[in-house]
Amino acid sequence: MADFTSIESTRERLGEVGYLADEPASLVSFLAGRLGKPVLVEGPAGVGKTELAKALSRATGRPLIRLQCYEGLDEAKALYEWNYRKQLLRIQTEAADTGWEEVKDDIFGEEFLLSRPLLRAIKSEEPVVLLIDEIDKTDQEFEAMLLEVLSDFQISIPELGPVYARTQPLVLLTSNNSRELTEALKRRCLYLWLDYPDAERELEIVRLHTPELDEHVARKLVEVVHMVRALDLKKPPSIAESIDWARALLVLGAEDVDSALLEKTMSIIVKHRTDLDLVAERVGVKLGADALFGATRTAG
Amino acid sequence: MPSSGPPARQADGGGRPAPAGPPGIAPRLLELADELRGEGLAIGTSELLDAFAALREVSWTSQADFREALGATLAKSQEDRRVLDLVFDRFFFRAVEREAVRQGVSELDRPYEGTGPDGIDLGTLRERIRQAVQAGSDSEMRDLARLAIVAFGRQGEGSGVIGVDVQRIRRTLGLRTERGTQPDPDEVPREQLQQFERHVRRELERQQVERTQSLPPSRPLREFDRALPSNPAQDLAAVHRVVAQLKRRLATQGREQRGRKRGAAVDVRRTMRTSLQTGGVPLELRYRPRRPRRPELYVLCDVSTSVTSSSVFFLSVLHALHDQFRKLRSFVFVERISEVTDVFERERNFADVSRAIATDAGVADVSGYTDYGRVWLEFLERVVDDLDPRSTVIVLGDARTNGRDAKAKVFGTLAERAGRTFWMNPEPRLYWNYGDSVMAAYEPFCDGVFECWTTRQLEAFVDALADVTISTA
Repeated sequence: MADFTSIESTRERLGEVGYLADEPASLVSFLAGRLGKPVLVEGPAGVGKTELAKALSRATGRPLIRLQCYEGLDEAKALYEWNYRKQLLRIQTEAADTGWEEVKDDIFGEEFLLSRPLLRAIKSEEPVVLLIDEIDKTDQEFEAMLLEVLSDFQISIPELGPVYARTQPLVLLTSNNSRELTEALKRRCLYLWLDYPDAERELEIVRLHTPELDEHVARKLVEVVHMVRALDLKKPPSIAESIDWARALLVLGAEDVDSALLEKTMSIIVKHRTDLDLVAERVGVKLGADALFGATRTAG
Repeated sequence: MPSSGPPARQADGGGRPAPAGPPGIAPRLLELADELRGEGLAIGTSELLDAFAALREVSWTSQADFREALGATLAKSQEDRRVLDLVFDRFFFRAVEREAVRQGVSELDRPYEGTGPDGIDLGTLRERIRQAVQAGSDSEMRDLARLAIVAFGRQGEGSGVIGVDVQRIRRTLGLRTERGTQPDPDEVPREQLQQFERHVRRELERQQVERTQSLPPSRPLREFDRALPSNPAQDLAAVHRVVAQLKRRLATQGREQRGRKRGAAVDVRRTMRTSLQTGGVPLELRYRPRRPRRPELYVLCDVSTSVTSSSVFFLSVLHALHDQFRKLRSFVFVERISEVTDVFERERNFADVSRAIATDAGVADVSGYTDYGRVWLEFLERVVDDLDPRSTVIVLGDARTNGRDAKAKVFGTLAERAGRTFWMNPEPRLYWNYGDSVMAAYEPFCDGVFECWTTRQLEAFVDALADVTISTA
């Protein structure tokens, strides 16, 4: 599949692979391909930042290469490493009288290089989507190292010289905003802020993933999820969790979302004990009141 | 467009509209970038080049696309984006008005179709506005803002000061923002009411431009508008986020030197075992793992009346700390000290914690005045055996002793016994040591003192903490 040709087609093709992008997301995805710039995606946890990269990979038919960042991630894990065991074996199998120069030229070749995600993305024959996930978890030194990769799409290996990208990778960096990223990194990126979708779009997303679910239930579910997000929770439910919940309700054959059902199934969307109490208290009561109100209205 | 001249907002401020610069989109964009820089966005040449490149790819007929393209390339954080949106509106509003004045286009003598000033029933209008604001429909709010000005503003011919006119219209409409629990038909969401008032303000500005045939000088954005919409719950979440970061910093300390391997002991056993993979040649040295030091935190929090405004913030910091650290003992003090560690462990909910502390934490509050000297003595007495070089003491307080003995020596002993001591003061540095503040007496004993009353400053504290650990390690 080819790259995107317009904002509209970007949105449509992302939609076809199961990702309903809003206006900014599709525009930035489109621009990323056209301008060849990496995209920095920020937003709360669980709004589909990583999912966007996966969807882009599916929509463009490019393979996805993922680099999961964590504290202490270093070049050997992200770029490349010499396979010194193999080098050692090579030296040992060599006849004793071989000159050092020959062996040296030999053992610092591509054969002895272990490619890590970034080098794999740069070396790849076919265009790829490179996802650098949770960049805010790494330290600033690692960010600085990324600059060469992100702006020039090249990696310098002292023994081999620079490796240039053969194709233009589509790069996405995600951040949960747990620390401020450096200006230098931001300057090289397009910026996209993803937020929780509004009720209408979330309903579309839920319907897309569980088309069998009754529309009324789906709508009620999205309303409840939005109510829950408005509370002061340690971890508000993500989009993935609303989809999980929708699937669960489908399996259970639920016909309405009432306080009893919420009580039983809310552990799917809320994962902290204190949060559970809070949700049961606030949302559960509200649902109960609604049901009562609805009942009296039909009775009266 | 002079590149090094004064910012655009001074250049075209007041009087007859300045002649528009050279025609075309490029100069306009540079002017916009200049205004954005004036509002504190860091926009370099590379961002501008990106913006131009992006605009080549999108259609200019859709305002949403145009704005998003600029947003993706010029704004590099959510705050930046908010400023960009505001400046974008202001900039193009002014550009349009300047053009209108130049070409002599006017709407003054064209009353709204069918709704002349006399033809509006005020009650109905008020109701319609309330509904529109509640529904949050932007275009409707814009139309109604114009009607509202015609209906209410013209009764006294407008005061000439836009702020006053907006105030009056708000009063006449009698709309309130949501706050109580009782449903009130007059209450509307705060964000949307602000949006409506922005429309009113904009419309008044437009009419003023038409009347006076000149552009008023553009002003910098108000802090009020710039700030992202937030609520106390989000503030609490922000504090928790920063404290989670603090925990990571403290937990990983001692590991920073991993790369340098300074002072690490070679683990012979493991080195030999590893060397088997490489034919008995110990290519890779293995080191004894360095036990990360487990932070022991002692947090002392002033809850007296002089820090009332910040004590909620401090308590939320304390609450967040308790979420993250297991070896944490917390104390609150006014005149005397009392340990509240178990309150925090028992109550997980922040509201419950503050209530419990307010009612039954046993803060011996005789006079309501902080007595730092006494607090140090009591604290030392309680924890003297537990304090060791691995413990960190954090004091949250304003160091206002109400004229009592500061007992800085006792604090010194305390700081000496503890590994590290930090002080977070909720007052601006400027006020320290004025009046009864004795910050200077305690400062020499601390490893760091910080002014701290916002999450941003808390973040600065966390950053500084990391630096301190490295330099003292």
